Amino acid sequence: MGAILINLTYILSSILIILGIKMLGSATTARKGNLISAVGMLVAIVVTLFDHHILHWTWIVAGLGVGSLIGGVWASRVAMTGMPELVALFNGFGGLASVAVGWGEYLRVQRMGWEKYLEGMSTPAFTLGAIVLAVLIGGITFTGSFVAYLKLSGRMSGRPTLFSGQKALNALVFAVILVLGVLLVLSEGLPAVLPHAHAILITIVCLSLLLGVLGVLPIGGGDMPVVIAFLNSFSGLAGSAAGFVIVNTVLVVAGCLVGASGVILTVIMCKAMNRTLGNVLFGGFGAASGGGAGAKVEGEMKGISVEDAYYVLEAANSVVIVPGYGMAVAQAQHAVKELGSVLEKRGIEVRYAIHPVAGRMPGHMNVLLAEADVPYEQLCEMDDVNPTIANVDVAIVIGANDVVNPSAADDPTSPIYGMPIINVHEARTVFALKRGKGAGFSGLENALFFRSNCRMLYGDAKETVSQLVGQFKEQ
Amino acid sequence: MSLILLLFTFVLAVFLGFELIKKVPSQLHTPLMSGSNAISGITIVGALVAAGAAEGLFASILGFSAVVLAMINVVGGYLVTDRMLGMFKKKDKGPQAK
Repeated sequence: MGAILINLTYILSSILIILGIKMLGSATTARKGNLISAVGMLVAIVVTLFDHHILHWTWIVAGLGVGSLIGGVWASRVAMTGMPELVALFNGFGGLASVAVGWGEYLRVQRMGWEKYLEGMSTPAFTLGAIVLAVLIGGITFTGSFVAYLKLSGRMSGRPTLFSGQKALNALVFAVILVLGVLLVLSEGLPAVLPHAHAILITIVCLSLLLGVLGVLPIGGGDMPVVIAFLNSFSGLAGSAAGFVIVNTVLVVAGCLVGASGVILTVIMCKAMNRTLGNVLFGGFGAASGGGAGAKVEGEMKGISVEDAYYVLEAANSVVIVPGYGMAVAQAQHAVKELGSVLEKRGIEVRYAIHPVAGRMPGHMNVLLAEADVPYEQLCEMDDVNPTIANVDVAIVIGANDVVNPSAADDPTSPIYGMPIINVHEARTVFALKRGKGAGFSGLENALFFRSNCRMLYGDAKETVSQLVGQFKEQ
Repeated sequence: MSLILLLFTFVLAVFLGFELIKKVPSQLHTPLMSGSNAISGITIVGALVAAGAAEGLFASILGFSAVVLAMINVVGGYLVTDRMLGMFKKKDKGPQAK
């Protein structure tokens, strides 16, 4: 197959991927969009196999087979509650693949010599620069995603890991990478550097991997939606950089689209927390030493029994359910849906209010509630619920904390002051389902729990909700 | 010249990317993210070239790893996204809508 035909097919593949992304943005077309972009990907893979550079098939066939098998089995087995960490892990693999591509291409250059490798398509300095970017961004993506995976799956504490001199160390590592990167790019003209070029590249790979770990360590579990979106953007950019190495249009375009979409999601998530990206990445938010913990909360938390909660709910006309990460941890989504159904049968209006950063990845709660078959039209966004919240009889907070903390609205000394929240404290009654009396992940006391209209339902969220449902069924 | 064209394409793709995804309802954030995550596996194209053209054991291993990793990202990413969207869709037709 000639180079022109291959490139024409790449255009087709790009069109399919672009259409796919566009269709992913609307609920009615999303599934088809995903399929179309998958077809685009398949076209790109198949046509690449006709590339004249490809001489050996054993590794390729084995790689395609093994990769498809692992990815397929993993994706079809994972429970919906395990979704955030799996997406993080897949994302990291994409980053590591880009590292391997960059490194592998460098080895090929060394073997073939520049003239034969470039075929007049590029210049050594440009290709080296692209290789540096591919391994740098890809390396950060891999280890960063992996640490995110460990934090999300609970194999590692979700709290930020901070130590003194952390920022200085990160800055130093980054600066060293930059210097080495520049040296490598210029290495063709520097006879003193040239013999060590491969060693420099290996050092850059290692330092990039280190930087990914160091970068995500200080970021707390509640900020994970931002981190995942950000790393997603990075994995695309790493692919794009790899595209510049092998001078391949579809790789550049598709990688770039992912980069852009990741940036948009990141910005949306940051806005939902009223924080800048810099603050999320470098703020060490929610650390135990976090200082400025806001005004002391006065009063005490008042518990309520399941029976009493039932009588209040039974008399309600309008109920809003606010799910959070705790619902995911307790895997309570099916029980919650059942509660919603029994309430509805009693003629009570039920809505689910979803904060943009509830959970551990963008849209996390939507996925879980969709899995539990909660009707689409009952899912409401924060801005739709807040104006009508004063007419709500009961707001049930299930494992959510910071996103309903009224300190964000009225306590200027609170670290989360200014973050948009769901104003459940303005509802007539609030039930908060919570494991125990401790502060949430962010280490912040939640002023909501001390309000006079708030009652605590202690215990495992799934059990508590099931008991409530049981009460309704007994009657 | 082809380099300039490639950079040109890159810049245009940045703008296209922003325009495409500017307005996405929040319930689609997860599928969009995992779908675009699958697309980032496009680095498989680079992996195939790296694996197919590699000479020497270490380069071949690098290429092979790149193909495996990128393929996990691609296949896993698309499948997971499809599973998720399947759940969203089920409800649209579902009888329990009031």
